[in-house]
Amino acid sequence: MSKEVVSKEKSMIIQKEMIASLSKELSNVKKTGKKVVYTFVPGNISELIRAFDMLPVYPEINALQSGMRKKSEKFIRDAEKMGHSEDVCTYVKCDVGMMINGNVGSGGDVVPPPDLLLLSYTGCFTFMKWFETLKRLYPEVPVAMLHTPYQAGHKITPEMTDYMVKQLKTEVIPKMEKVSGNKYDENKLKEILRKTSITEDLIMKIFDTTKNIPSPIDAYFAGVYYIGPINNGFRGTQEAVDYYQMLYKEILERVEKGLGPITPEGVMEEEKFRLVIEGPPNWTHFREFWKLFYDLGAVIVASSYTKVGGVYDNGFRVDPEKPLESLANYCMNCYTNLNLEQRVELLSDCITKYHADGFMVNSIKSCNSFSAGQLMIMRQLEEKLEIPVGFIESDLVDPRYFSYSNIKNRLESFFQMLEQRKLYSDK
Amino acid sequence: MEALKDILATCEEIAFDLNFTRAKEWKSQDDNRVIVGYMPIYFPREIIHAANGMTVGILGGGDRKMIIKGDAYYQSYICHIPRSIMELALDGHFDSFDGFIFPSICDVIRNLSGTFQILGKGKFVKYMDYPQNFVANIGGEFYENELQNVLDEVYKINHVKVTPEKLNHSIKLFNKNRELLRKIYDIRQEFPWRLTAADVYHIVRAGYMIPVEEHNQILEDVVYHISQDINEPLDNIRVVVMGAFCEQPPVGLIKTIELAGCYVVEDDFLLGARWIQKDIQEIKAGGTLLSSISYAFLNNSTYSSSLYDAEDPKERRLLELIKTRKVDGIIFAAPSFCDPALLDHPILQKACEVNNVRYISFLFSENTGQFKVIKEQIGTFSDSIKLWE
Repeated sequence: MSKEVVSKEKSMIIQKEMIASLSKELSNVKKTGKKVVYTFVPGNISELIRAFDMLPVYPEINALQSGMRKKSEKFIRDAEKMGHSEDVCTYVKCDVGMMINGNVGSGGDVVPPPDLLLLSYTGCFTFMKWFETLKRLYPEVPVAMLHTPYQAGHKITPEMTDYMVKQLKTEVIPKMEKVSGNKYDENKLKEILRKTSITEDLIMKIFDTTKNIPSPIDAYFAGVYYIGPINNGFRGTQEAVDYYQMLYKEILERVEKGLGPITPEGVMEEEKFRLVIEGPPNWTHFREFWKLFYDLGAVIVASSYTKVGGVYDNGFRVDPEKPLESLANYCMNCYTNLNLEQRVELLSDCITKYHADGFMVNSIKSCNSFSAGQLMIMRQLEEKLEIPVGFIESDLVDPRYFSYSNIKNRLESFFQMLEQRKLYSDK
Repeated sequence: MEALKDILATCEEIAFDLNFTRAKEWKSQDDNRVIVGYMPIYFPREIIHAANGMTVGILGGGDRKMIIKGDAYYQSYICHIPRSIMELALDGHFDSFDGFIFPSICDVIRNLSGTFQILGKGKFVKYMDYPQNFVANIGGEFYENELQNVLDEVYKINHVKVTPEKLNHSIKLFNKNRELLRKIYDIRQEFPWRLTAADVYHIVRAGYMIPVEEHNQILEDVVYHISQDINEPLDNIRVVVMGAFCEQPPVGLIKTIELAGCYVVEDDFLLGARWIQKDIQEIKAGGTLLSSISYAFLNNSTYSSSLYDAEDPKERRLLELIKTRKVDGIIFAAPSFCDPALLDHPILQKACEVNNVRYISFLFSENTGQFKVIKEQIGTFSDSIKLWE
C-alpha cells in the first residue's frame, strides 16, 4: 500500500461535516422545534420529510454505527434480556437496546425521540415488525404506514404506483402535515426532487467508474461511505449535490492517474482480483473484514448492498414533475424489493459490465431479506456466467457471529481458486 | 354415518399425504380442472373454487420428508419450511399443480416464490402481496387487483370465467366450512376431552387437501359426533398455542402438549382455514366481482404476525381471545428463525405479564423429533397453574 493520507480527500471531509451537521441539528430540536421522523433507508423518502422541514433519523444507521463503534453487543444482549429471540434481526435488537440505554447515538449525543414513525415498508418484512415494536416504546407517536408492493411480477405496474400514491396522499402526507404543522407544498417537493435527480445521476456515474482497470474505487467497503449522504438524510439537498460532484471529480482524477482504490492503509497498488459482492457487510469488524480483501489484492467492483437505498443501474431517476409517482417508483425500485430473477439479472450485468473475476456472497445471519435465496442466486450466476462463486457468513451488528479465521480461510481458498483460474486462462 | 374413529383415521391419512393423491384424482375427472398450491397463511380459496379449481395447502414436509436437496438452497439460520417445500418440489410432489401462490408472510417465503419462478414450477407462480393498508378504495382496490391477477392466470389455463353466481356459490360453501370449524372449536372449548388437539389438527389439515364439499361433509359428521357426551374429562389446564401460523408443528408436539396436562382449546396452526372471522357476504348488485372477498379481508381478518396491526393491536386481540376461550395460560411455540412470530413475542408476553396471564415459550422445527424437554417444561407449567391458581 502506498501511504497516501486518507484524510486528504476533500469529499471525505465534506461528508463528515454533513453527518455532523445533521447530528447537531437533531441534538438541537428542543430549541429549534423541528420535528423528527424515524424511517428506513430502503424506500427512504427523505425528500418528503425535508419538504415539511422535518428531520430524518434512521434506526438502521444508528444500529450499524453502534456496530462499528463496538457498542452493539451490549445493546443486543439487553434486548435479549427483554425477551427478544437470539434468532431475529440484530438491527432491531441493537436499536431496542440503544433506546433502553438512553438512546445515545454513536457521536455521544442523545438521539431525539420521534414525532412520527414513517414506516416505509420496502423490501424488508422486518421493518414492519420493527416499527410495531417502536410503537410500543413510543405509544403516543403516530405511525404512517407506506406499504411498498414487491416487484414479484418483474415490473412496476400502474396499479402498484397508484396504490402507493394513494397511501402518500391519504396516509403519509396528512400525518406529516399534522405533526409538522406545515401544509404540503408540491412545488417545494419538486424543487427538492430536482436535486435528487442530479444526485442519482452522479451516484451512477461514480459506481460506473469501476469499469476502469484498475478500478479507482472499492464499490463495497468504500461504497458504503459513498452512499452515506444519500441514505442518511441528504436526498434532495444541495449538500448532497456538492458532495457527489466533488467525489466524482476526485474519482475521475484517480482514473486519469491510473490509481486504484483508497483503503484505510492508503492506495491499493496492485489489483489482483475484481469481485462483485452480494449482501450487506459486517459492521462490527468492518476494518478487519475489508483488510482481508485488500491485503489479498481484491477490489469490489460492484455490490448489491450499495443499491439497497435505490437502484439506478436500470435508468431509473426521480421525475420532479411527477413527485409522488417518483417517490413511489423509487421505493419499489430498491434492491431488496426486486424479485430473485431481477436480482440475478442485475448482478449478472454488474459482473459483465465491470469485468469481475468472481462473485462472492456475504450471507448475513439475521437478514432474511437478503439471505433467503442467495444460494439460488449463486447457483444461477455460476451456471449462467461460468464464474467462480464464493460464500462467507457473518452478521450485521452481532459480533458473536463474526468468525475471523473462518472467513479468512474461505477467502484465501477462493482467491487461490481465482489465481489458478487466471493462470490457466493465461496459458 | 361413519364412526368418529374412522373419520379421524381418514383425516390423518389425507392430511399428511405428501403425494396429494385426492387432489390429483379430483383433477383427473375433468380436463378443465386446475390445482393451485398455496402456502400458509391465508388465501381466499373461494375464487379458485369458482374458477373450477382446487386450492391445495403447501404446508411443508413436516417430520415425514427427509431433507437432502432442500438444504442446498437455504443457510442453516433460515427456518425449516422452505427447505422441505424445496425438497417436495424437486422430488416432483407438485408436478400436477398448475400454479403456486405464496402469500406475503415474511421475506423467506417472498424469496421462495422467486426460487419457484426461476425453477419454472407450474404454469404460474404468484407472490400475493396482501395490502397493509385497510381502506377499501386503497388497500382494498390493490387487493382486488392482486386477486384478479390470479384469476387471469387460472383463466389462461382453463378458460373458465368466474361469474358473480359462481363466486357466490363458492362463498357459501366456504362460509359453511368456516362455520363448521367454529362449531368444532366452540364445542371443544366446553368439552375438550371429546376430541384431542391432534385430531382437530388432522381434521382441519385434511381440508387443505380435498374439495371443500367433501370436507364440509366430514366436518358435519365430526360436529355430530362431538355433540354427544363422549370420553371422560381429565384434570388438564386450558391453553392457547400461538406462533405456529406458518411452519407447522410436528403432530408429536401437539400430542406432547396435551399429554403434559394441557387442553389446547385455541391455536394458530392452519390459521388460514379460520382467517375470516365472519361469513363473507354475497356479492351485492353493482359491486365489483371481488368486493365481498376484499371486504372480508379488510374488515373480518383474524390478527396475525404477518399483518400490520394499525388500529387494533394484536396484544389486545390476544387478551380478548384468552377471555373468550376461558384459558388458563398461553404457550408461545414458534418455529426457530421465524422473524414475524419471534418479533411479536416480546410484545405479546409483556401484555401477558401486565395482565397476569401465565405463559411459557419454546421453539420448534417442523421436523423436531425429541419432545422430552418440552414435555417437562409444559408439565411444570401445567402443574404450577393447577397447584397455585
